[in-house]
Amino acid sequence: MNHTASLKNVTRRAVDFLMGDAQADRVVPPTGFTARLTILAAAAMAFLAVFALALSLAAGRLAERWGDALAGSATIRISAPADQMEPQVAAVLEALRTTPGVISARLLDQDEQSALLEPWFGPDLPLDVLPLPRLIEIETDPEIFDPEGLRNRLAGEAPGAVLDDHATWRTPLVRAASRLRLLGVFTVLIIGAATAMIIALATSVALAANAQVIQVLRLVGALDAYIARAFVRRFTLRALGGAALGTALGVLAILVLPGGAGSGGSFLTGLRFQGVQWLLPFTIPPLAALVAYFAASATARVTLRRST
Amino acid sequence: MIELQDVSYGYGDTTLLSGLSLELAPGAFYFLTGPSGVGKTTLIKLCYGELIASQGVVRLFGQDAREMTRDDVALTRRRIGVVHQECRFLDHLSVTENVALPVTVAGRNTPVARQRVESDMEELLGWVGLKGHRDALPPELSGGERQRAALARAVIMSPDVILADEPTGNIDWEMSLRLLTLLVELNRMGKTVLVATHDMNLIRQVKKQVAARVLRITGGQLHLAGADL
Repeated sequence: MNHTASLKNVTRRAVDFLMGDAQADRVVPPTGFTARLTILAAAAMAFLAVFALALSLAAGRLAERWGDALAGSATIRISAPADQMEPQVAAVLEALRTTPGVISARLLDQDEQSALLEPWFGPDLPLDVLPLPRLIEIETDPEIFDPEGLRNRLAGEAPGAVLDDHATWRTPLVRAASRLRLLGVFTVLIIGAATAMIIALATSVALAANAQVIQVLRLVGALDAYIARAFVRRFTLRALGGAALGTALGVLAILVLPGGAGSGGSFLTGLRFQGVQWLLPFTIPPLAALVAYFAASATARVTLRRST
Repeated sequence: MIELQDVSYGYGDTTLLSGLSLELAPGAFYFLTGPSGVGKTTLIKLCYGELIASQGVVRLFGQDAREMTRDDVALTRRRIGVVHQECRFLDHLSVTENVALPVTVAGRNTPVARQRVESDMEELLGWVGLKGHRDALPPELSGGERQRAALARAVIMSPDVILADEPTGNIDWEMSLRLLTLLVELNRMGKTVLVATHDMNLIRQVKKQVAARVLRITGGQLHLAGADL
């Protein structure tokens, strides 16, 4: 009940703040230069925030995709003299059949192996005369599958077989993608901090430029909270407007990026938001307004306390 | 109301007021006189909490000014109307909006309150002779008109005390008399009025209309001036 009441109170205060008081708003003269500067800065920051958000989400999707692939597949490579190849392949397939967590195992045929090597050696590679290892692709259930157990078993039953669970090359990629996601989040935070600093600076400049206005307001009995509110509301609304503009432009820019990458697309073609993620950029303007509100409030409070 | 006990104040090494005491009685009219630079403005500023005495006690409506927060001072100023020689206005607002500023900042902006201010404003601007200038901006007003607008702003909240610091400094004799007559009218309505001026002729003229006490600052202290006027 108390939470509901306080939420209602906060909401009412927020609405009152946003609706404002036309008469009170007029006590601070409009300042064209700082107004335009604040709006443009907020727009630029929001535009960058949209991209940082897109980067972070795309990196997240990539990390997840690679992580899933890492966890759900593995390859067994069998290298053996020609006369021992078939028995070893059979031993490996038998071992896989009875290994817990192995969902399926499939021996790649010569055409598939040829297709794998084609990008490096061209289409005319005589696979039948080359002593190439055989490859078995396995699908696993990561919850049950024990790669170390299988390795030990293969060492005893098929000494030429080597299990590659893709960890060696996928783990750094997943880690890189995760770091990229964190970098995106960190960038959004830095953009928020930079916005706060710009608003604080602009508020400070506006307060200094309006020293005489403040003197008059104090002379007629204005409380510091009243004076601060006149400035804070103005900067909050400017940040909200600027951020809305920047967000709209950012979303448009993301929309015109090449898309349709789907789950198999590359990172660069997968920057677009997906599904409900399209709603996330629209949280940027209210968040920018909130940042501006707190930055301007703190600056106004400190500046007014220091001024006589 | 406003009380100063053994108050001292100085700027740097110069002591302007030293051990000065004053108590403004409700409904009284005071002139504060003395040559320029003697401390009249400083005394007025002490009376509305703009300055804090370096020694002694200043009480504003019973509160020790030294212990008052900035908000306390702001609330007290709603009970004290101040008119300066250099009237400061918000130049981007009309005369009407400037005069209504104390009401605006006090947050009395409900439709009913606004309607009341509107009707009071009409009367107030008529009283100070600025009815024809209600939509003018302050820079468009003459010195006398600015002083009268400042007086209207000072009284719109119906304060208990009106402090006027050289209100006739920038205006001609006729306008000065007119302004002082307005202050006398306020005093007759029960307001306490303190006017700082060095114009003795003006004091003599006004003393014909009201029983004003004349206080002179000499050597950092207040003296009651009498027969020499």
